[in-house]
Amino acid sequence: MSSSGSGGVNVAVVVFPGSNCEHDTVEALSTVDARGELVWHTQLSLEGFDAIVVPGGFAHGDYLRTGAIARFSPVMEAVRQAAASGVPVLGICNGFQVLTEARLLPGALMRNAGGRFLCETVECEVISTSSALTANTSVGQRLRLPINHFEGNYTCAPDTLETLESSGQIALRYVSNPNGSMRSIAAVANRAGNVVGLMPHPERACTALMGSTDGQVLLGSFVQAAADRAGNSGTVAAVAAAGV
Amino acid sequence: MEVSALEGIADPEAATIERALPLLGFDAVGDMRVGRMFRFVVQASDAAAAQAAAEELAHRLLANPVIQRAEVAVHPLESEGAA
Repeated sequence: MSSSGSGGVNVAVVVFPGSNCEHDTVEALSTVDARGELVWHTQLSLEGFDAIVVPGGFAHGDYLRTGAIARFSPVMEAVRQAAASGVPVLGICNGFQVLTEARLLPGALMRNAGGRFLCETVECEVISTSSALTANTSVGQRLRLPINHFEGNYTCAPDTLETLESSGQIALRYVSNPNGSMRSIAAVANRAGNVVGLMPHPERACTALMGSTDGQVLLGSFVQAAADRAGNSGTVAAVAAAGV
Repeated sequence: MEVSALEGIADPEAATIERALPLLGFDAVGDMRVGRMFRFVVQASDAAAAQAAAEELAHRLLANPVIQRAEVAVHPLESEGAA
């Protein structure tokens, strides 16, 4: 599924030492009419990009904690500013971990319950359509997506969890909880909906050859959100830097 | 500095170790928590300043306050005499 009207969307794909899904991400973005460009983590500006993806991998070797050191990479200040101005920002797997460590998304990703590395295709259900990732989906829609992680066990404080529920920030849940995540959370957004993180890999589900094209539904939505914002830039630039 | 999971936060590594204990005959051992220790030198005017610096480091980098807590203990370096 390609999203009409999103052609020409430029997406920064941030690369840290140890990232390993950046090329897949660029390739997958091309299937939804967007142009992904690799951006090394020492870059200070992300000017000219309509959206940002923090891809999967093992940024900075996952030393200390997943995402803990990537959070302080020079590029993250530009990511923070873009997020605050409403630019769609997507963290996939390790990218999700980086965005939580950077406090751009609430909560944290812990070691999987059961202590096993998980590498399988799971079913996810759309819970909220108020995020950039799920705006073009419908509530209850089910998507088959691959997961590939050791630390995907979503955790947050009880009051944060209630806020996530009540303000529609839970974008996706696992149909069958694979990793112990609170309330089976697979994807969360910030309050404004422009910053989203998920543990499943939509970029690995963008051709029939790979078993599912459901990832295009999500990436297409994300790219469309970027196109819509770029088309209206100036009028929506004042999206508040909503606390997460 | 010792960093470990907050009370109430699942600690799957500790749970896995705990499951192995009965096999080894350690029936009396429980409430396992697994943490990580950081040992480092802080140059500071006194112990309180060193403590404050270490706690700042814990808060900003070494521990994630969403899921972890840090306990700091300051010991003066012997070569520099008692602080």
